[in-house]
Amino acid sequence: MNCDHCDKPAVVHEIVIKGGDSKEVHLCSEHAIAAGYPLPVEQPLADIFPKLGSVAKVEAAKSKERSAKCAACGLTFTIFRKSATLGCPACYDAFMPMIEKVIESAQDGATHHLGRSPVGGAEIERLQNLRVKMMRDLEAAIAAEQYERAAKLRDELKALDSPSP
Amino acid sequence: MSQPFSAAMSQVGPDSDVVVTSRVRLARNISGFPFISRASNPVRQEIMRVVRRAVDQSCNGTDHDQGMRWIELQSAPSRDRILLSERHLVSRHFANSEGPRALALSSDEHSSIMVNEEDHLRIQFLCAGSRLSDAFKEAFSLENALANCTNFSFHPRWGYLTACPTNVGCGIRMSAMLHLPGAQIMKETDRIKRAAKELHLAVRGYYGEGSESIGDFFQFSNQTTLGATEDALLEEFNGIVLPRLIGYEREARTAALARYRSRIEDIVFRAHANLSAARLLTADAATKDLSRMRFGVVMGLLPIELTTIQRLLLQVQPAHLSLIDPRSLESEEADREVRATYVRQELMRGTKDTK
Repeated sequence: MNCDHCDKPAVVHEIVIKGGDSKEVHLCSEHAIAAGYPLPVEQPLADIFPKLGSVAKVEAAKSKERSAKCAACGLTFTIFRKSATLGCPACYDAFMPMIEKVIESAQDGATHHLGRSPVGGAEIERLQNLRVKMMRDLEAAIAAEQYERAAKLRDELKALDSPSP
Repeated sequence: MSQPFSAAMSQVGPDSDVVVTSRVRLARNISGFPFISRASNPVRQEIMRVVRRAVDQSCNGTDHDQGMRWIELQSAPSRDRILLSERHLVSRHFANSEGPRALALSSDEHSSIMVNEEDHLRIQFLCAGSRLSDAFKEAFSLENALANCTNFSFHPRWGYLTACPTNVGCGIRMSAMLHLPGAQIMKETDRIKRAAKELHLAVRGYYGEGSESIGDFFQFSNQTTLGATEDALLEEFNGIVLPRLIGYEREARTAALARYRSRIEDIVFRAHANLSAARLLTADAATKDLSRMRFGVVMGLLPIELTTIQRLLLQVQPAHLSLIDPRSLESEEADREVRATYVRQELMRGTKDTK
């Protein structure tokens, strides 16, 4: 159906009741704006089918989970799922949302450690992820026969192990 | 390792009528190294070097002053590896797997450290009878000594980090090997297992994870390691759960004997007769009959020392049997024959001793 005022297709269709008479109004977007009617919002498909939308979101989250990878040791989520063991301390942060669920269900809902801690725990935490990554880089460098880079990494690792001045 | 008598598995302790052994095991990983599944062989060698150095340093001038033997499993003869697993010092998986791995073992064989098992370190204390709080103290004393010489992976929220995320927190596994013939006769074993599950305990067989129960021996252990202090976990397991399990089994035994006395005597005396007469004996069959005899001994039906039964339970296992008489390795028939002969002799001697 075309606009009442021009040949463009109508996007606003209204029935106006005035003084006991009813009248149909069909307007194109320009004339609708001019007459002060709000334009219909183009609705995304996901809003019309809210369920489909949430499925898509869950799928997206799942595929994000599946593609998660630990930057320090290179463990992928798929391998973790299969073996149920982690690759290194940094995996705990890399796979955080999944690990959280696994631990809470295995530990009767417990979410935090309450037991003993080692002396200097925070410093250990800071250094351990760095060291794991450097060791992996070193192995990769050796495998790729990048001996100069390997030598440099080895020195850096040694420096990391010796107590800081 | 050729002397089985130092092994906790062959000894007797408090509440030994029900509790065969107590063990506390702490999972720790060396900071700055990947966990075992992502560690190449050179990295695993490096982990062993770090642990060995820490063991040597920490043993100086402490309770562990006698030093610890260092056994590298990848180069150890297969018989030695099986001996260790029969003594419950290493898991079967650890005995049979591949790659650089070691066991540090104190001379009395109570303290040990599995290196490069599922975690870099499994620090453990194993002893006879119900002595969990001793085991707890000893395991932490060794852990403390090691912590002075190396850093363990730690996370402010999750505590001690472990390769399997379900062991985080305190990284502690307390377990007790229980002998439950009373519950078995009263058909209460499944109920106990269900109750244990509700209390978040794991129930395993004679050789731990993935093994079946032989001769009514069951291993109970805690699964909760997060959200409570180590002392609270010990108090719950050792102060509440374990005494209940022991009490339950003792009641079941008394009830069983009151109701089925002839049946129980029949089982116990037949087992004794069987082992006193058999000419061929498999390890499983021997274990089952020794378990029945064990029940008879603690109920006062058989005039034999519990230590004799406990020692035989270990010595009938294949690798220990081959220490007594290497001919057992020649064939399956020879293995059975050697076992039957040895058990017969020992039972004759054991009965005489107590007369």
